Amino acid sequence: MKVVFLGATKGMGRALAQKMAARGDALVLLGRDAKSLEESAKDLELRGAAGCVHTGLCDLTRSDEFAQAFESAHKVLEGFDCVVVTAGAFDSQDVLEADAAACQRLLDINFTRTILFCEEARKRLLAQGGGKLCVFSSVAGERARKPVILYGSTKAGLTYYLEGLDHKYHALGLEVITVKPGFVNTGMTAGLSPPPFAGEPEGVATVVLAAIDRGRPVVFAPGVWCWVMALIRSLPRAVMRRLNF
Amino acid sequence: MAELMGWGRFPRVEGLELVSEDLEAISRGAILSRGLGRSYGDASLPPQGQGPVASTRLANRLLAFNGDTGVLRAEAGFCLADFNSLFLPLGWASPVTPGTRYVSLGGMVASDVHGKNHHVAGCFGEHVRALRMRVADGRILDVSENQEPELFHATLGGLGLTGHLLEVEFVLEKVPSAWVWAENQQVENFSELIACLREASDTWPMTVAWVDSLSKGDALGRGIVMKGRWARPDQAPSQAPASKSAFSVPLDFPEWVLSKTSVQLFNRAYFCKEGKSGKSGIVHPYAFFYPLDRLQDWNRIYGRRGFIQYQCVIPKQDADEIGKQLLKTLAASDEGSFLSVVKDCGRQGKGMISFPMPGISLAFDVPMRGDSTRALVRKLNEIVLEAGGRIYLAKDALTSAETYRAMDPRWEAWNGVRRQWDPDGKLRSALSVRLFGD
Ligand SMILES: Cc1cc2nc3c(=O)[nH]c(=O)nc-3n(C[C@H](O)[C@H](O)[C@H](O)COP(=O)(O)OP(=O)(O)OC[C@H]3O[C@@H](n4cnc5c(N)ncnc54)[C@H](O)[C@@H]3O)c2cc1C
Ligand SMILES: NC(=O)c1ccc[n+]([C@@H]2O[C@H](COP(=O)([O-])OP(=O)(O)OC[C@H]3O[C@@H](n4cnc5c(N)ncnc54)[C@H](OP(=O)(O)O)[C@@H]3O)[C@@H](O)[C@H]2O)c1
Repeated sequence: MKVVFLGATKGMGRALAQKMAARGDALVLLGRDAKSLEESAKDLELRGAAGCVHTGLCDLTRSDEFAQAFESAHKVLEGFDCVVVTAGAFDSQDVLEADAAACQRLLDINFTRTILFCEEARKRLLAQGGGKLCVFSSVAGERARKPVILYGSTKAGLTYYLEGLDHKYHALGLEVITVKPGFVNTGMTAGLSPPPFAGEPEGVATVVLAAIDRGRPVVFAPGVWCWVMALIRSLPRAVMRRLNF
Repeated sequence: MAELMGWGRFPRVEGLELVSEDLEAISRGAILSRGLGRSYGDASLPPQGQGPVASTRLANRLLAFNGDTGVLRAEAGFCLADFNSLFLPLGWASPVTPGTRYVSLGGMVASDVHGKNHHVAGCFGEHVRALRMRVADGRILDVSENQEPELFHATLGGLGLTGHLLEVEFVLEKVPSAWVWAENQQVENFSELIACLREASDTWPMTVAWVDSLSKGDALGRGIVMKGRWARPDQAPSQAPASKSAFSVPLDFPEWVLSKTSVQLFNRAYFCKEGKSGKSGIVHPYAFFYPLDRLQDWNRIYGRRGFIQYQCVIPKQDADEIGKQLLKTLAASDEGSFLSVVKDCGRQGKGMISFPMPGISLAFDVPMRGDSTRALVRKLNEIVLEAGGRIYLAKDALTSAETYRAMDPRWEAWNGVRRQWDPDGKLRSALSVRLFGD
């Protein structure tokens, strides 16, 4: 597989890219931190990625650079069959409510810019006759909950968008894989106390890679979160008003 | 603040753990680094309520590998499980591996771990070429046999108390195949077991023995000696060993599950199943090196109060007699030990306070039941001290400063080096408070 990856430097993205490398996939890494990208590229080469792992600067906040980033990736890979987006941002509801600038930044990165990035990916993949687009949304987008209202709404919007892409373009060869991680122990959640069923990046990566290979449209990871969210979705409003999770 | 614990789930302390891919950032100001928490007792824990500690588990990048010399450099959080799945199929093994593959490189250095091949390969530290570490004053240094050798030797087996390991460079072992040729031999009592281990170590690079710790009388110390070597290509299956599926223990077990009777039943069954003498053949490397990894989170079997592992090494000459005394003391206590392992140790390593010395090492897992467990450890320690042996700090949780210091007078020189690099005592752990008076 030839993969263009946004977010491979850390967390679940790193774990997924490492699994791809270990089985010999070819990768181009996009991201905002040149040094970290280089270090990840080296790591992935040593783990067995096909050929040289190239990198390209692409900050989600700068959508004017997306086209160029895909252009370069296309060149070095001579076409690609998969785009993965794990990049994303998180802040607690308290911080976001108190700080309008932080709130705007998060809404912008996780919703607007991520979708603009996916739009670019969609066009390129369709132009090549199809391919896979795997994007990390969240279980936070499944039901509004007090601690993740703002973050969750960006993910709800993203999930909605990805579902629409699947409906419209599946017949044309675009396979959209929406990943809905539950709580996963990464740098993003460091400092929060993990709930039951918390996952590890490596376990998530295994599940997601299988979903990409099979073209499964929606995947919860760890899988048990599918049932947890089904339960939470079924709770009446009166209960949600009382609960604090 | 979070509740932190080691593999034995005793003790538990409140502490702040920093988790990030960026070790340079989180080690700044941290009082200790920890890896995957596979040390049993309090070695990887901050003193109660203190911190922060830096968790290396997300810092797992490979940095360099030379396929000609077999020298590998990686970040301290790189996990041995990853190593095995990447490098074994290429014909490279870790020169030393502990009994679980879920350990970090940093943890392997800081405990100077030993494996089934200790009598030929020594500790992991003997294969380490260079370390990059942050010392207490904040500087980041490259240390090795040639650069700051004293700090290097104090850091191998130094339990994180000399600085934060950021990167580790070590030399891999070229192996003829990724599979193991193994042979089991049933032995009827402890003397036979010791003799058999000793004989095996002349011809087999990897040896270990499992002991039925509840056997009594003539059968005291009966068990199974397991021997192995990397299989020759013509013996091994042509494909690389697949990664094994694992089961996991989802919940803490209630304490009655682990009664003396259940342990007895387990031990008897195990003795019969594995014991067919002379059974030999090709074995999956994970089944050989990491039998316990098949059951993830198996430490939960011991319930909420957790357990301790008691591991000691006693000099060769009276190993037979002392070993029997230890087994009898264990059998006389209320709790049986599921897993009792005997291993013979080779030369003392480079690390200033590394555990092994020439002799026999015994390890028992015992459920933590408060005072009676403390009393048991005290009795075992008395025997070991008297025999001129010592205990493994990566497993310990209950030994007193006085006893430990009497067992291992090397601690003073090591502590001197440590203080040279950390005069204000910034680096500390629950263990260092308990044993070194920090
Ligand atoms: C089932 C099982 C079998 C085992 N078998 C063996 C065996 O056969 N032989 C053997 O020797 N050991 C064995 N062990 C013990 C284990 O190998 C060691 O405790 C090892 O250190 C654990 O590594 P870790 O990454 O989990 O480190 P932790 O448990 O997190 O930490 C261990 C020590 O290393 C220090 N440390 C960790 N990372 C760093 C770092 N980056 N910088 C500085 N200090 C650091 C910590 O402060 C602590 O003192 C076994 C453990 C288990 C659970
Ligand atoms: N962890 C969880 O519990 C959890 C749960 C549900 C959903 N998710 C979602 O899953 C995805 C991955 O989460 P994670 O926990 O693995 O996160 P993480 O460890 O914080 O990693 C985030 C990645 O995104 C990149 N990134 C962040 N902002 C960027 C920007 N402006 N431009 C380009 N790249 C940027 C980071 O690159 P740098 O190296 O440059 O920082 C990093 O590689 C996210 O979308 C997250 O919302 C996470």
